[in-house]
Amino acid sequence: MSKVLLEVSDLSMRFGGLLAVDSVAFEVRADEVFAIIGPNGAGKTTVFNCVGGFYKPTRGKITMDGKAIHGKPSHKVAREGLVRTFQNVRLFKNLTVLENLLVAQHQHINTNLLHGLLKTPSFRRSETEALHNAGQWLDFMEIREYANREAGNLAYGHQRRLEIARCMITRPRLLMLDEPAAGLNPQEKRGLQQLIDQLRREFGVAVLLIEHDMSLVMGVSDRIMVMEHGKPITTGVPEEVRSDPRVIKAYLGEE
Amino acid sequence: MASNIKSAFIAAVMAGVIIAPVYGLQIVRSGMETHIEPEWDLVLIGMGLVFVFQAFVRPGLARLLSLRSGTFRMPVLNDKARRGSIMLLIAIALIFPFFTGRAEVDIATLVLIYIMLGLGLNIVVGFAGLLDLGFVGFYAVGAYTYALLYHWAGWGFWEALPMAGLMAGIFGYLLGFPVLRLRGDYLAIVTLGFGEIIRLLLINLYEYTGGPDGISGIPKPTVFGMPMARRAPEGETTFHDFMGWQFNNMDVIIYLYLMALALALVTLLVSSRVIRMPVGRAWEALREDEIACRSLGLNPTNIKLSAFTMGAVFAGFGGAFFAARQGLVNPESFTFLESALILAIVVLGGMGSQVGVILAAIILTVLPEVAREFAEYRMMIFGLVMVLMMMWRPQGLLPMKRPHVELK
Repeated sequence: MSKVLLEVSDLSMRFGGLLAVDSVAFEVRADEVFAIIGPNGAGKTTVFNCVGGFYKPTRGKITMDGKAIHGKPSHKVAREGLVRTFQNVRLFKNLTVLENLLVAQHQHINTNLLHGLLKTPSFRRSETEALHNAGQWLDFMEIREYANREAGNLAYGHQRRLEIARCMITRPRLLMLDEPAAGLNPQEKRGLQQLIDQLRREFGVAVLLIEHDMSLVMGVSDRIMVMEHGKPITTGVPEEVRSDPRVIKAYLGEE
Repeated sequence: MASNIKSAFIAAVMAGVIIAPVYGLQIVRSGMETHIEPEWDLVLIGMGLVFVFQAFVRPGLARLLSLRSGTFRMPVLNDKARRGSIMLLIAIALIFPFFTGRAEVDIATLVLIYIMLGLGLNIVVGFAGLLDLGFVGFYAVGAYTYALLYHWAGWGFWEALPMAGLMAGIFGYLLGFPVLRLRGDYLAIVTLGFGEIIRLLLINLYEYTGGPDGISGIPKPTVFGMPMARRAPEGETTFHDFMGWQFNNMDVIIYLYLMALALALVTLLVSSRVIRMPVGRAWEALREDEIACRSLGLNPTNIKLSAFTMGAVFAGFGGAFFAARQGLVNPESFTFLESALILAIVVLGGMGSQVGVILAAIILTVLPEVAREFAEYRMMIFGLVMVLMMMWRPQGLLPMKRPHVELK
């Protein structure tokens, strides 16, 4: 069993009188696909936002590779190697596809002002490298032909793939996908499943997934946590979760 | 047609309501008495004019415009042609002062100052999308840095110029730090406040800045250490003596013009370089979606600060040059109206578009000078132009065309 990458314990998030997340605990191991499922309003995205640093959790601990990240601003969390996609795609719509990928490499390239103004060799090298990286990811996602188009003009499925590429180019250790299959057609969903598998195998990235599409979740996840009303009901491998009466009750209601 | 007539009728009535108290009721004085004399025919003529314009001229105009639009396109230049035309324009700008009169060169210098300020603000408003209404504050910091350094420490222009940029940059950084977490309208209001605070400080720090009187007698820039003046102070040679020329005031003006040109070109060069650099890309990304930026590990505060500071630095350079050219600084030159004018240049030209900003700076500086007879109507015309622009071309005269990095 590989080591634990992300560890969340006793996580609670309160919005005024509403306890949206109530003592949630789970862990994601390196190179594992971990899914969070649950009915609408169960608090899945809130957990995501807490882990990603977009909310400051009311209570609880989140550690990444042993390092505490709760309460850190989101850009610092991202620099720990934890990046996410959004439920409704958030690309830089007026920038080209290529530029979306260049911006994402900001923390890795030479951003020194003087170097850039004088076009020093090291600056040129880092720019070429960034372009090269972007090109590789465009090939990987099979969207190279759209490289110079505005990202907002891409087909929805391509926008989703571009958003994942934009995350992957930051070289994360944990990729968080918030409903990546929403709005995709069945064929694109199968493609997404292959993609997640491939990302884990080839790039050794762990995946934390929120998804409603059960066939995708069951097909791709190693372990699943089910949430309802802000609380985790159960955590386990897909087979266990599928047959758990509490899960069936949460989704279908009592007979 | 019926709706046209109806709206024209409403407009005419409104016009009547507005002009009646102004023109319709004349106050006539005869001896000791003052009485009001109505002049209804004048009001009726005015209402008639408005009616005719609204009912017949305006629909015709609209039809004409809709016919015309779509047929006119800006010629698309390839890289070589663009570079060539830029070189040509620079060459024209270089030899221009030697063939015209003093007044023209003076106006051209003013244009160049506004180009510099416009390009500086363009970084903040156009590239990074931060609405800054207090830009003139940094212009003032630059101008007063040179003025104060001269007044209290006897510094010359060339030593003070980098300091002016630095000081304005520091002010930009310090003021930007607390406010850049605000967005849109809130940011605009706070920056507006900062601009005013700087001006009021300059008025009230009487012992240091001379208050409303300002500081005068600021020397013009020297040429390699030689002053450009009729007489040199003890122990120095003037430039015209060195060259063996007669002293001519025109030379000084041309010299100032060329310097302004150099500063404006540097601003243009730096800002068009920066937008193609990672920082520039980050500015644009931040303008589009701050949350996505954060999720990718970009620190929004730092990126915004870099835009804010860089804009301020250019304003500082512009300010120092302004002080040197004017020979006098006082807080009157740095009112909110000035900020509004610079912002108008950026918006009129097209936010983010450098050529547009340059064009707008020329239009907004030259027009008032040319139409000096209409000085009283200046603000009215200015307002009218802005309204018309927002109606027909909200994206500016020459909308921004983003430089792309292309993947082969």
